[in-house]
Amino acid sequence: MSEESKAEKFLELFNKGKEFTEELLRENQRLRYRLASMETEPAKSGASTEEIQRLRDQITQLTEENKRIHARFSEIEEENKDFANRYIEIEEQNNNLANLYVASYQLHSTLDFREVIQIVQEIVINLIGAEAFAILLLDEKTNELKTIASEGEDVMPNVDQISIRLGDGVLGQVAKTGESYYINQDLDASAGSITIERPLAAVPLKIKEHVIGLIVIYKLLQQKDSFSAVDYELFSLLAAHAATAIFSSKLYSQSERKLNTIQSFLDLLTTTS
Amino acid sequence: MDNANFLVVEDSPTMRQLISFSLKRFKNAKIIEAVDGVDALKKLSGPDKIDLILTDINMPVMDGLKLVSLVRQNAQLKGIPIIIITTEGAEEDRERGLALGANAYISKPIQSSHLIKTISELLAV
Repeated sequence: MSEESKAEKFLELFNKGKEFTEELLRENQRLRYRLASMETEPAKSGASTEEIQRLRDQITQLTEENKRIHARFSEIEEENKDFANRYIEIEEQNNNLANLYVASYQLHSTLDFREVIQIVQEIVINLIGAEAFAILLLDEKTNELKTIASEGEDVMPNVDQISIRLGDGVLGQVAKTGESYYINQDLDASAGSITIERPLAAVPLKIKEHVIGLIVIYKLLQQKDSFSAVDYELFSLLAAHAATAIFSSKLYSQSERKLNTIQSFLDLLTTTS
Repeated sequence: MDNANFLVVEDSPTMRQLISFSLKRFKNAKIIEAVDGVDALKKLSGPDKIDLILTDINMPVMDGLKLVSLVRQNAQLKGIPIIIITTEGAEEDRERGLALGANAYISKPIQSSHLIKTISELLAV
């Protein structure tokens, strides 16, 4: 190999070495820059490691808070439902109290026996929602329960002529024990089995423990398919008021009759003497 | 709905009182009572401007359906909302009442809240 070609070869190798070294330097520079920028990135976004940690903690805290709020929201929704149901119940109770108030007011507004019976009938139709029913009074001399007022003879024949001895059958038992009787089943299903002796409901008219008669229901109005829970309570309360009103008016008419008899007797005595 | 005048047409004193009791929920409500259709027409021609009529169907002298029909034929009265409150719960009774011109039909036994809601809706229009 001549001296000239050796020199060329060396120059070529040198140039390659130079290029390689330059390339290494560039790569080094690039990596240093990357490292520097990686180190300075958090600073660029304005957040330090502590800040990031704080934010992470805050996120965890907020997630927890969110869960708590969700849970509370569900609780409140449940409470809301409860309140809505309670509201409906209270509305119903208000309605019943108003019914009871008006009914008792009307029942005690007169001492006329026929008028009291008429009011009891109105209450049973309009407030209880009965289409066929009877009001029975107990004759204490004969121990017999007899119809004194009724409605719905077309759907329950002979409802106007009931006569049952105390203790006999369902009605006699209700009068004897003073315990209300209700059919505890679907009213539609039991409709066929309703008879004079086996009504839908029988509620005693009693003053304390003393039964003076019964209100007996045979059929409800078409639009009322069953007794509601509050009906039973309302029915008993109304029956108690009706009993006192019937009893007072009966006593009043008896005393009126006696007073008239005595007055006539006195008049007779004074005119003859 | 405040200061409304209501005409309650009902032959049963108990029901009249019960309906009137419910109507007292309306502030300054004036409640005028009539015992049948004829009495109601007299009250309608009286000095009080009636805002709403609540009537029963089965009444002596003149029933509620006849009253509804006469009110709807009267030029001065035909705009008054009418609610029928009755024991007649059959669908054909309801349809007949509404066809004659009643605005609402409520079957007895009434729920005060339902009555109030119906009146509020009718008077809000």
